[in-house]
Amino acid sequence: MALSPQRREFLLDTAKLACGVGVLGLGLGLVSKQAKALPPGAIRPPGAGLEDDFQGACIRCGLCVRDCPYDILKLATLGQPVATGTPFFVARAKPCEMCEDIPCVKACPTGALDHSLTDIKKAKMGLAVLVDQETCLNFLGLRCDVCYRVCPAIDEAITLELQHNTRTDKHTRFLPTVHSEACTGCGKCEASCVLEVAAIKVYPIKLAKGELGAHYQLGWEEKRKAGGKSLVDNRNLVDLPDRLPDGVQLPGHWDPGSAAPAMPAPLSDEAPR
Amino acid sequence: MSHAAMKLAQEATEAKGWWRAHRFLVLRRVSQLSILFLFLMGPWLGWWLVKGNLNYSLTLGVLPLADPLVLLQSLLTRHVPERNALLGATIILLFYLLVGGRAYCSWVCPVNLVTDAASALRRRLDIRGGADLPRATRYWMLVLILLLAATSGGIVWELVNPVSMLPRGLMFGMGAGWLLIGGIFLFDLFVMKNGWCGHLCPVGAFYSLLGRFSVVRVTANQRAACNDCLDCFTVCPEQQVIKLPLKGAKKGASPIILSGNCTNCGRCVDVCSKDVFTLTTRFKPKLDSSAQALPNP
Repeated sequence: MALSPQRREFLLDTAKLACGVGVLGLGLGLVSKQAKALPPGAIRPPGAGLEDDFQGACIRCGLCVRDCPYDILKLATLGQPVATGTPFFVARAKPCEMCEDIPCVKACPTGALDHSLTDIKKAKMGLAVLVDQETCLNFLGLRCDVCYRVCPAIDEAITLELQHNTRTDKHTRFLPTVHSEACTGCGKCEASCVLEVAAIKVYPIKLAKGELGAHYQLGWEEKRKAGGKSLVDNRNLVDLPDRLPDGVQLPGHWDPGSAAPAMPAPLSDEAPR
Repeated sequence: MSHAAMKLAQEATEAKGWWRAHRFLVLRRVSQLSILFLFLMGPWLGWWLVKGNLNYSLTLGVLPLADPLVLLQSLLTRHVPERNALLGATIILLFYLLVGGRAYCSWVCPVNLVTDAASALRRRLDIRGGADLPRATRYWMLVLILLLAATSGGIVWELVNPVSMLPRGLMFGMGAGWLLIGGIFLFDLFVMKNGWCGHLCPVGAFYSLLGRFSVVRVTANQRAACNDCLDCFTVCPEQQVIKLPLKGAKKGASPIILSGNCTNCGRCVDVCSKDVFTLTTRFKPKLDSSAQALPNP
């Protein structure tokens, strides 16, 4: 059955248009995939939530930028690796000052910045990670301490963990240690790290944080929750040897499993791996 | 001197004076530039009457205005916005239902300054022809961007939308956005006449749909006086909307331009030496008396 010339032309034109627009859509879709991979250096304002949700919720109006009293937030422009028109800041350049009234969140008309965030200390803009122990001055044995001192949640988000300096054998290393439950990701530590390139950096939480399997239980936590009663009964546990390399001795190390020959004989040779 | 050799609006200027042959053009430029200036007063002068950009703004700290198309895309990503965004989009919807959907395009959108410049230069350099696409391509584009929002979960169109990028860029920093705006200028100049605003822009397509129901409309209510100078066709960015209301008297067509594609720019009103066109409402009682409907002798 032959098509009438008009109908044929109509169908062809429609096919042309559909293909053209479809190719454009494919391109845009790929660009949007790229845009969803927020680069590690770009931190979203407080209350932004997951990147996927944020890019559907943010209408790119810039009111958060306008209401930031410290001029820290910027809107991404075409060509930057952040979704065009969305707000972000670069911690190393200018970190979040953590205003108590959180004006950027209040200004957001869509709730892309979650209005239920009213305590800035509960913000999760990102998570600080001490990424390079080889250059961190405190790890090298000095008392830089700058990241620890500038932290708005000092002694909660960053603590200094003391450790014997085995290199000098007569000093203590004060190791900056980040605690994710208190870190807001404001970026003060990264901004003030005295190195040429910061050894401590703020990353989006998705990048920075590991996640335990849902079935994992930490024995000491369970014990604390149960009011000191352990999940497992200690008395019947076999203490396996620690199998330190030959000749190594750690100060304060106690290893009854290796010391006591009272282990059941068949097991002493074949320790579980 | 023949019509073709005469400058556009020359006949109208001679018949009505310069102001009446250019007033809508001037008023439109004043409107477009004042709106930009209202937004730029904050960053430039520190006078924060208006904050935000054309996607969403807050005026004097109380009046929210939001782009309904951006909000629609956001809704399609299944985000539930706060009250202010919904309120702002409703106000804008009602406003353009009143003044004509694509009045946004001709009286507000700063990309119109760019494409009008390309259009004027095209006329001056006498560049003809080029690529062509159906005017309905923009509706395909509109469907595409809504689909992208619904399927990807992000407002994908805002990654590249020149309509929001130009004003936002002027207010917050442009980056490589100038390349896109320059590209649209060159496209309209060399590749396709009225290419962006008249064929492709999905934002314009959205406002076209709104314009189908809007109150303020252009009317060719003195169409009997038309002397076929074609100035209105030359200047109109959506010339297909004029033909039937202007020339359809015999077919009994209404002189009111009801097509949503009409941008209510009023340039046809300006350039007509016979004052055929006026801005009225769509509810205007038909002026077409039988005497007026008679063909021009």
